[in-house]
Amino acid sequence: MRYLSLTAEEKLQMLDAIGIRRVEDLFAVIPPAVRLKEALKIPEAWAESTVLDYFKSLGKRNASSERHGYFLGAGAYNHFIPSVVDAVISRSEFYTAYTPYQPEISQGTLQAIFEYQTLICQLTGMDVANASLYDGASALAEAVLMAQRITGRSRALVPPSLHPNYRQVLATYLANLDFPLDELRLEPSGRLDLNYLESALDDRHAAVVVQNPNFFGVIEDLKAVSAIAQRHSVLTIATVTEAISLALLQPAGQLGIDIVAGEGQSFGIPFNYGGPYLGLFATRNQYLRQIPGRLVGQTVDTRGRRSFVLTLSTREQHIKRERATSNICTNQGLCALTASVYLCALGKSGLRQLAEHNVKKAHYLKNLLKDYVVFSGPIFNEMVLTCDEHPRKINRRLFGEGIVGGLPLGKYYPERSHQMLICVTEQNSRAQIKRFAELFKAVEVAK
Amino acid sequence: MSRTTTVFNINEELIFEKSASGKMAYSLPPLDVEDDTIEALLEPSLVRGEIEGFPEVSELDLIRHYVRLSTWNYHIDLGMYPLGSCTMKYNPKLNEKVARLGDLSGVHPLQEETLSQGNLELMFQLQVFLQELTGMDAVSLQPAAGAQGELTGLLMIRAYHVHQGKPRKYVLIADSAHGTNPASATLAGYDVISIPSNPGGTIDTSLLAERMSEDVACLMLTNPNTLGIFEVEIEKVAEIVHGRGGFIYMDGANFNALMGYARPGDMGIDVLHLNLHKTFSTPHGGGGPGSGPVACRQILAPYLPVPRVVRTGAGYSLEESPGSSIGRVHGFYGNFGMFVRALCYILSCGRTGLREISETAVLNSNYIRARLKNHYALAYHSPSLHEVVFSDKKQASNQIRTLDIAKRLIEHGFHPPTIYFPLIVRGALMIEPTESEGKAELDSFIDAMIAIAREARESPELLINAPITTKRTRVDETRAARQPILRWSPPAEAPPDEST
Repeated sequence: MRYLSLTAEEKLQMLDAIGIRRVEDLFAVIPPAVRLKEALKIPEAWAESTVLDYFKSLGKRNASSERHGYFLGAGAYNHFIPSVVDAVISRSEFYTAYTPYQPEISQGTLQAIFEYQTLICQLTGMDVANASLYDGASALAEAVLMAQRITGRSRALVPPSLHPNYRQVLATYLANLDFPLDELRLEPSGRLDLNYLESALDDRHAAVVVQNPNFFGVIEDLKAVSAIAQRHSVLTIATVTEAISLALLQPAGQLGIDIVAGEGQSFGIPFNYGGPYLGLFATRNQYLRQIPGRLVGQTVDTRGRRSFVLTLSTREQHIKRERATSNICTNQGLCALTASVYLCALGKSGLRQLAEHNVKKAHYLKNLLKDYVVFSGPIFNEMVLTCDEHPRKINRRLFGEGIVGGLPLGKYYPERSHQMLICVTEQNSRAQIKRFAELFKAVEVAK
Repeated sequence: MSRTTTVFNINEELIFEKSASGKMAYSLPPLDVEDDTIEALLEPSLVRGEIEGFPEVSELDLIRHYVRLSTWNYHIDLGMYPLGSCTMKYNPKLNEKVARLGDLSGVHPLQEETLSQGNLELMFQLQVFLQELTGMDAVSLQPAAGAQGELTGLLMIRAYHVHQGKPRKYVLIADSAHGTNPASATLAGYDVISIPSNPGGTIDTSLLAERMSEDVACLMLTNPNTLGIFEVEIEKVAEIVHGRGGFIYMDGANFNALMGYARPGDMGIDVLHLNLHKTFSTPHGGGGPGSGPVACRQILAPYLPVPRVVRTGAGYSLEESPGSSIGRVHGFYGNFGMFVRALCYILSCGRTGLREISETAVLNSNYIRARLKNHYALAYHSPSLHEVVFSDKKQASNQIRTLDIAKRLIEHGFHPPTIYFPLIVRGALMIEPTESEGKAELDSFIDAMIAIAREARESPELLINAPITTKRTRVDETRAARQPILRWSPPAEAPPDEST
């Protein structure tokens, strides 16, 4: 076993020091009735090369961004990852370290998280960001629970244009807390129906949730939403799945948003078949003590030097136990580092340029397929298209040319069974976008 | 030779302070579609101005920044990390290589199942192995960490009781439990009743019998518990809880002690989570990502989260129909990247290797216990498995506290143990060496601890002032909490010079 280091001789010396003869004696405390009597049904160890071959063979049975073009977004986005990202996060000093509970020997991780918190504040325009949550979906659930703590109210409004998976996670978290969710409506533009919001919202609500750009790719008027909410002292929670949009769209902090809870996968994290991703969480200073999860703060050491440390931990489970603001302990630390490296690599102008390329490429396709675009509202890099055929059929045709197509919406919205949600990023070339449009319309071409 | 040396390392500002306008560590291909202005595509009111203070650095600036920061971290590849209950074992390099295979990591979670058969098989295979290791009937890999696994398990228990017509009100939790246990119980809508441990460090079964009622949904326990002690009366515990229609939830944080020796499924446990970032060698990443799969008996299986990975005639698929399920706890299927590493680890170790791992973890811990028990006060004298808890009782007469011992250990070249936990031990020092350490490293740790016990008597100031040779000395935590500075802000502009 190459992961173990004791020799037989050393084991004997250690057993001797303990005063027993056989290592099995140490397990004598386990009552015989519950001891495992037979060998586990797990194969014997494989050689390193065998293991590697096995995983490579599994990989061959997937379509992947390694070998295919993607027009699929819906919560996970295909962005180029600069080489520096993996170079940094592959350093043992970062990925084999524990949570930085001992600040004297964890300043590297602590400073990196402090920088991450700052980057998220800058992007969202909020005052304070935490050190990460599991993913966008659970971050949204935590945001709604935080709104409950702040307002003392147990009811929220959610739009049909919220990612359906986020909606489901939210429902799971709220299932036993006597916390109903009221459904909002859309305008034909794909934006939230503000008149309906105005009539549906009242002072029993803790929060209104709005996704921006929404699940259908449409950019919302966040300011108008928060203005309505504020009139009833209801908090506005903005969630984002495509974080690159933060570089281009008005920041939530300037639009009256109270909590931003979203997904940071776009910041240098591969598809990873859905995880690990990065739960973004930011809010206003006044709600600081209600934040879930870890926070890194700046302080000084005994010699007065700037230092960083985990702080305000009296909110957390290891101190407050059943009265904590959340049960979260392990978060997504290395993914937060990934995002930081990515954001710093792109920098102020690179990130903006990237966001603009996404918008321009998406509009190039939107223009090619303008007769198929379902919603008239402004978009970032995703849009819903009406299909002449079953969306799966179109996707099969696309896959024949090495392209993974859009998300058929019928599974989530039965009334949209002839629509698909598609995404265009900087990874899609003009030629590929053009080909996508041709294949999308192939039926028409054949006619 | 002394273990530590005066380290050469370089100071480093915040990335924002290194920033200079016009630098970039990125190259975007030229735009190959119509270059309309953004204003032509989006209403100007939707578009933000430039991001104030956002960093601008070159590629080498960026690399040096993070490499310099990295040198200020202690980490498992540098030395032993004896954090009790955290299982800081070696993170094999093969795991990392495999997790980065583009054909595994480049798979979109919502692409057709027929295009994701490799990843689905991988998940299914891991589920099968975890079922076998725990002796359980079904597994969901979805929870993103241990605490989310706890929440998932409790929601399943609640759903079961609701289905029976009575949700029940309380959860019993041992007083030695991790803080996440009561926090998860609250989130699941339960009130918590604490069960004190007996003088042997295990659950007091007579108190348990007293507090167990038909209003209690479940008992949450950790086995071996956070004292490293196996719940020797586990059969009786199960009888009491099951006798009143309750379930037993096991926090599997300490599963590293049991592989190949005992299975929760054989000891009356109904549902548990495993921490892939502990027992199954996936890295801690400076605080995550982790992964907290949940395993359960058949009776609770209908309540597992959806979607579930199932084997069908044609291959593997994601079963989404909710049925009695508690629903979804993760945006997609959980921390897949951790599943790759954990499966890689199980295959690399094999059944004999996994058993040897638990055996060695327990041997290492007991060796430390045997060699330190005359120097530090053992919190409990019951036999312990993979971890051992001491206290600062012997050092207290010299005004030395656990924190001082921990900080001095840093100067001897080791990360400190878990301190002040479990809460039932005053001044706890909780040591878990894991199987990864060889005898030389263990001896060196033990020698350092013995030297510190001596220093506590002879030169306590060495402990009280420690550490002084580190990147930072002790930090002012009170100030951090009282005047929170949680982000960098651009320096305020200098006030105008009034003399001119």
